[in-house]
Amino acid sequence: MAVNGTLPDFSFSPHVDQVGIEERASRFTKRSIKNETKVNGLKLALNMIDLTTLEGKDTDGKVKQLCYKAMHLHDVYGGLPTVAAVCVYPSMVRVAKQALGNSGIKVAAVATAFPSGQAPRDVKIRDTKFAVDEGADEIDMVISRGKFHQGEYNFVFDEIAAVKEACSAARLKVILETGELVTYDKVRRASDIAMYAGADFIKTSTGKISPAATMPVTLVMLEAIRDFYYKTGKKIAMKPAGGISKAKLALHYLVMLNEVLGEEWMNNEWFRFGASSLANDILMQLMKQKTGVYQSPDYFSID
Amino acid sequence: MAKVLTNTKKIQVHLNGNGKEQVPAKRLNVLKTYKMYVGGQFPRSESGRYYPALNKSGVTLANICLGSRKDFRDAMVSARSAFSGWSARTAFNRSQILYRIAEMLEGRRAQFIDELLQQDVPVKQAETEVSLSIDRLVYYSGWCDKYQQIFSSVNPVACSHFNFSVPEPMGVISVVAPQNSGLLGLVSVIAPVIAGGNTCVVLASSEKPMCAVTFGEVLNSSDLPGGVVNILTGKVKELAPYFADHMDVNAALYCEKEEATIRMFKEKSALNVKRIHLYNDINWFSEEGQSPYFIFDFQEIKTTWHPIENIAGAKSGY
Repeated sequence: MAVNGTLPDFSFSPHVDQVGIEERASRFTKRSIKNETKVNGLKLALNMIDLTTLEGKDTDGKVKQLCYKAMHLHDVYGGLPTVAAVCVYPSMVRVAKQALGNSGIKVAAVATAFPSGQAPRDVKIRDTKFAVDEGADEIDMVISRGKFHQGEYNFVFDEIAAVKEACSAARLKVILETGELVTYDKVRRASDIAMYAGADFIKTSTGKISPAATMPVTLVMLEAIRDFYYKTGKKIAMKPAGGISKAKLALHYLVMLNEVLGEEWMNNEWFRFGASSLANDILMQLMKQKTGVYQSPDYFSID
Repeated sequence: MAKVLTNTKKIQVHLNGNGKEQVPAKRLNVLKTYKMYVGGQFPRSESGRYYPALNKSGVTLANICLGSRKDFRDAMVSARSAFSGWSARTAFNRSQILYRIAEMLEGRRAQFIDELLQQDVPVKQAETEVSLSIDRLVYYSGWCDKYQQIFSSVNPVACSHFNFSVPEPMGVISVVAPQNSGLLGLVSVIAPVIAGGNTCVVLASSEKPMCAVTFGEVLNSSDLPGGVVNILTGKVKELAPYFADHMDVNAALYCEKEEATIRMFKEKSALNVKRIHLYNDINWFSEEGQSPYFIFDFQEIKTTWHPIENIAGAKSGY
């Protein structure tokens, strides 16, 4: 068991006021962030990105190209941070690890029969162990949404705990796939289960289901993290993924993070963006701030 | 408060003892809000600013959106995303849509004449201007699937290749429309740009902006996909620098004679080597105001080398 003491009954996870949470989330988009603050915010967001490619058509070449991009975001702009990690399928971990060398950029692997999670537990464990053995620093697992909907919370809990064990030193991100959980109440409950079962991160989505990450859903999860922290003293990280492709939206998320969890979470150890096209939009905004000229994707690397 | 010019006779306003207005005897006209046309929608300026369009005698005709650089930025996003779809349409389909714009304009003839009259254009000239605008659209509609034949070529080469050159649209064009003509100037610069498969962001005449906004409504009801033409209203001085230096603009068109602005366009466009065209001495009312070469100005020539087999000693000549 990840947390000492008795486990709560997850059926009694707090209910979420839908109207309230959506209203609250929309308030975060009204802050005005300009000039220097904007540049700092954009650089921070850039540093929080898990640059992702999760396609059936991924090749070694594609992953190498992504890794190169992770290390050299836009060399014209001096002093840029790198992204936090590169996120790939387990079979690509070795290639990514090699390509990234000692750049300090982490390799995250999606495991446990991503994205559906419809596989027996021993397959999921093997999948995880394979990725870890290949050198993955972080494992992104998916929960069994079907079992969750059936009310088999113990099954979901045990599965997360088992995968956590298989991760050994790697940090575990638990993908709730909020688009398939449908209600905020269920998102909250799944968050609680994941955190108590030993997740290091909770993550919204695989990026394969629409809707992916939204601000209200992320807010529900951030509040779950906050409550968990007050109860247990343990910090959990957050990763919204999918659908965040504009720099402005990323800044809204940072505002929300700052106002819900505070400055301690404002770094890439405790917060990540799972995205592929976000990096280029942030780079374009940074260049706009630097040169005063609106930018074109023609002059940036291909996602 | 600015006096508002209306089509009807002066409205009687009754004042009671307190000097307060009572309900007027006749109904008040419901005046149109002149908004910009961006991405197939009619937004106000992001800045919330506006300026009054005045006629010669200083009467306010309407309040017009005073577009900002962010409006231009947003319009550029619309224009860019519309480009792939619009340039992939068949030439015949683009032709149909341009003809449809002409049809819609014909249907609104009276409205445009009325707006031109309000903006001090004499009756005869207003009628001519609207007619010519319609005819010009039909003219470019006809050219949509024909300019390719005129400007493409098959080139003689000294090897076994079939070598040919064809025009292709440049991309997104930023246009500062002629300032002295409210409708004809605008139509004359938009039509060739979109006939060639480009999309555009256009800054309308700031002195005579009303027809431009109404023309946006015509475009919106004529099968033209949203974002292909985006019409902004505002001041040339303020917006022209962004029309010239935005990195996502492929070519720019400036239709005035102001030396400083021309110079600025040439300097700033060097940043991403965008093509510059200056139509600053063209009488849009004359025959020189329409030509397939206006389409050609916003085309790039792409040359293809296609290997051909040398069968049984056949030569590559024609």
